[in-house]
Amino acid sequence: MKRRLFALSLLLAGAFLLCSACLVACGGVPRSPGESQDGSTDGSSTVRLEGAGATFPQPLYLEWIGAFIQERKGIRINYQGIGSGGGIQQLTQGTVDFGASDAPMKDEEIAAAEAAGGAKVLHIPMVFGAVVLAYNLKGVEHLRLDQESLAGIFLGTITRWDDAAIAALNPGSELPATDILVVHRSDASGTTSIFTTYLAQISAEWSASVGQGKDVKWPVGVGGQGNDGVAAVVRQQPGALGYVELSYALETGLSVATLQNKAGNYVAPSLESTLAAAKGVDFPEDLRFSLSNSAAPDAYPIVGATWLLVYDRMESPAQAVALKAFLTWCLENGATVARELNYAPLPDELRPLAQAKIDQMQ
Amino acid sequence: MADPVFAALTGAAGILVLIILGYMVVVTTLTAWPAMQSQGWSFIFSTTWDPSRGQYGILAFVYGTVLTSLIALVIAVPFSLGIALFLTEIAPGWIRGPVAYMVDLLAAVPSVVYGLWGVFVLLPGLLQPLAVWLSRTLGWIPIFAGPGSGLSFFGAGVVLAIMIIPIISSLSREVLRAVPSDEKNAAFALGATRWEMITGAVLPRAKAGIIGAVMLGLGRALGETIAVALLVGSREQITASILKPGYTMASIIANQFTEATGDHIRALVGVGVVLFIITIVVNVAARALVWRMVEA
Repeated sequence: MKRRLFALSLLLAGAFLLCSACLVACGGVPRSPGESQDGSTDGSSTVRLEGAGATFPQPLYLEWIGAFIQERKGIRINYQGIGSGGGIQQLTQGTVDFGASDAPMKDEEIAAAEAAGGAKVLHIPMVFGAVVLAYNLKGVEHLRLDQESLAGIFLGTITRWDDAAIAALNPGSELPATDILVVHRSDASGTTSIFTTYLAQISAEWSASVGQGKDVKWPVGVGGQGNDGVAAVVRQQPGALGYVELSYALETGLSVATLQNKAGNYVAPSLESTLAAAKGVDFPEDLRFSLSNSAAPDAYPIVGATWLLVYDRMESPAQAVALKAFLTWCLENGATVARELNYAPLPDELRPLAQAKIDQMQ
Repeated sequence: MADPVFAALTGAAGILVLIILGYMVVVTTLTAWPAMQSQGWSFIFSTTWDPSRGQYGILAFVYGTVLTSLIALVIAVPFSLGIALFLTEIAPGWIRGPVAYMVDLLAAVPSVVYGLWGVFVLLPGLLQPLAVWLSRTLGWIPIFAGPGSGLSFFGAGVVLAIMIIPIISSLSREVLRAVPSDEKNAAFALGATRWEMITGAVLPRAKAGIIGAVMLGLGRALGETIAVALLVGSREQITASILKPGYTMASIIANQFTEATGDHIRALVGVGVVLFIITIVVNVAARALVWRMVEA
């Protein structure tokens, strides 16, 4: 009796597994997430777009999406901030309709995405952002750092706030005799990419020993998760110094350091100094560029762009039309909201180039 | 066997669980195998984790996992035993219910809530000041060497301790309750004080079960992910000082998985396999000990 029951149990378990395997094989996951299986949009006339990527522009994109779908009924857009690398990966895997990244895609990433999607990848710059050094020092209103001291702090050669190099730059401030708590990102991010690109440009030692990228082996410091994680750690630990996007520092009321730019001037991060970094830049045809360490006299040195990544050919024409409309709307009407949230909108030279890219979509 | 269909269904459910567990082990090991093979033994014994150069050595993460769990145990076991003894031996009847309920409620708090609470409340309020103070006054002892940081093995260990206290204390309570009252009365009859009764008659009987409970708590601490990722400092290093930032196996997976490709992902799955093995060994040993006690 027992043996028969055991055999029956085995049979039932196997049958269950077989059924679930069949369901998975037949159902599958549609490559275009906004569509149902047979290629039409879901039931009603709503078009759904899915996007994912960088956390830096997330507050801005969510505002833009909210305003856009109010104006244009019948389109629904969803954006998830999972990090620049995640956005590129999701676009390549086809689980999102558009990706967002603070770092332009590398050649290998573009090749992989184009092979997977069967269409060309377009980089559409949306806004510029500044990466600022937020610090927590009571009584120090304006901290100044030059290129050597900044690199030294992150390399671990300068370990205390009252180090001679920092004291020389800040004669009027009382720097405490405590260790500098360096805070970096524990997750991979475009913000890290922008910051390490800059460090590699100003310090040969950094370039040789650490390098640049979305995630590097930091010589010193603790890691915080996301821009908000780093901001939280800096806000709570006296003596902390970390890098975040400008908007996060302003939101949490953190003090930010004034940095020395390539021309030798000390510039505080702001919308104006961010935009100044784009002056005189020769934008390449595929619009993958770096604004780091700009030579303009009034430019803030650590500036990067953030891109939306799309395929030039989408599976559903309805979705392509909707996405084109959204992107065009952002370029034309998004500037005011961007400024309010402390993102720098594209300068006049760049906007028509970006629009030309959008027009390539079908 | 009153109802053959019912018996067959429950049997099927049990077999299904075993199949799924076996499938998980096989698939993860197969996925991770190329990466682990390319590194050889240095996968486990090297401390260099550098995906950009294709080097995957997980020793620092194993160290961090073991160290944070040990710190959690050192803090949690006295507290849990104290709570369990208090509730079974000392507390008046009307207190037992509510206090036991509240301690068990700690187990219901989601891990990510513990992490956020740890970063925003505990870190500035307790962990950072305590770490700095410890490194200043006791810094000559290697395990407290400075500079002390709240985001460290110590910080993660403290929050882990709070998370495993309900597990250890509720299991210990059951074990302590199973001690026959005849033995306790006999100790009293021989003139023992309450404390002597506890150490002489109760604890020796409950020892195996309590060790089992502790190991189950250890099993949870080994696998804890988000709370530790937010508090451990994200720095892969092996250092004697518990006040320095570190890294654990679960946190490296959580931090790097979304961005990883190719060999990097396979190496992360390999980290998961090693963690899986360690946790299973600890859990199996714990269950065996607890069964032995309950059946005795």
